[in-house]
Amino acid sequence: MANAYAEYETKLPKSIMEEVKQHAAGATDAKLKKILAAVYIEYQRALVDPGEAVGNVAAESIGEPGTQMTLDTFHFAGVSEMNVTMGLPRLIEVLDARKTIGTAMMEVYLLPPYNAGQDIKKIAEKIKETSFREYILEFHIDVLEANMTIKLDKTKMDMVDATPDKLIKVLLKGLKGFEFTAIGTDTIVAKSAAKDEQLKDIYHLKEKIKDVYVNGVKGIKMVLPVKRGEEFLIVTAGTNLKKILAIEGVDTTRTTTNNIYEVEELLGIEAARQSIINEMNKVLDNQGIDIDVRHIMLASDTMSMSGHMLGISRYGIVKEKPSVLARASFETPLKHIFNAAITGEEDHLNSVIENVMLNQPVPLGTGLPRIVVRHFPKKVVKKAKAEVEA
Amino acid sequence: MPKKTPKKRSEAEEKPNFVVSDHVLVPKHEVCTEAEKKEVFDQYKVQPHQLPRITASDPAIRHLGVKVGDVIRITRKSDTAGEAVFYRIVSSE
Repeated sequence: MANAYAEYETKLPKSIMEEVKQHAAGATDAKLKKILAAVYIEYQRALVDPGEAVGNVAAESIGEPGTQMTLDTFHFAGVSEMNVTMGLPRLIEVLDARKTIGTAMMEVYLLPPYNAGQDIKKIAEKIKETSFREYILEFHIDVLEANMTIKLDKTKMDMVDATPDKLIKVLLKGLKGFEFTAIGTDTIVAKSAAKDEQLKDIYHLKEKIKDVYVNGVKGIKMVLPVKRGEEFLIVTAGTNLKKILAIEGVDTTRTTTNNIYEVEELLGIEAARQSIINEMNKVLDNQGIDIDVRHIMLASDTMSMSGHMLGISRYGIVKEKPSVLARASFETPLKHIFNAAITGEEDHLNSVIENVMLNQPVPLGTGLPRIVVRHFPKKVVKKAKAEVEA
Repeated sequence: MPKKTPKKRSEAEEKPNFVVSDHVLVPKHEVCTEAEKKEVFDQYKVQPHQLPRITASDPAIRHLGVKVGDVIRITRKSDTAGEAVFYRIVSSE
């Protein structure tokens, strides 16, 4: 029984093998062989023919349902909620392999016991980039003394185990020319170290001090603990995969970001390829559009071909094309033709578009195979030679 | 003294506390032997420059100690085929 399977193990994909195994569980050895042979023929028949214009098919298959998508970013009026880039703008962003994306987000998975909800707020608070403004309850500026009393938010401080002394250390790092003294557990007094115009400095300080970075992961603007299924995870606005993965308690096997470049840099080109597929699927699912994953895989494979992520744009994969005419036919034709003329570039007319331009058969489908014809059969040549000699 | 601090930091950053190959997005990467390499070229009837590329500094293969010209076998999890084998050739940049 196992022998019959072994023969086709390398010939058929795993998913088809499993399907056969499931459906033909009770079959005898001889029957199984027949089944597998029939499946193999059917599989061969289903394969794409050499020379098929798969790129065109993919472009049409993604493009047509794409017209049904939301054309603009959603704005949630009034609520201080995030404006999430979705629909067509997001799709374009992914396919262009943009470095800066509209809504950078991360899904931070946690290891047990944190994923059951334990201390989730504390972890979320630790991850979030915090500036000093969030610790301030109120300012009080004493004009006569030329100092400023800052009342601190005690509950906020307890969340990250901060004390006025710790905060002062951070403030001294971020601001030059001021002296800070802690009073009690929730007050800091600031005084300018300059000799004159101390009051002016203090007023400046009042604004500057708000933006001093205190703790958390740089780039993480917002955190939102959510429950998905049975476990808790943290969704963030802003990304910094590298720093997040270094935090204890974070599940380093599942935490992801929607910034493809960060994925490429940290996890490699293959991970970035998968990430593009995931991101596109996310958009398409969201919009209720059904596109065969093969088309998306093709786009993603093409983008990752060179070992780096290249967008489907004139700066990305189009730039990599060897043909001058193919590049010129996409965007900015004059630029490409001028440059090619200056450097004396050659075009070997190996691809489709340049042959269309020159009114020649394209290497696609039946145009791909070439037939080499020997004008005179060997016999004829021999005969002619003999005649000449005679 | 002040010169030492940035050095220490970069060392700590170079050694991340996570394993790249454990991540769900990262498929299995293996280096092909010379015989396997030839088999790949024969099977697909391709020249080395026609294979998709992967940089030698790619995080997923950095620890494998590869050199330029090696062929990497990547076993992906596929939505359509269950498991799909893909090949990339190591390039310098």
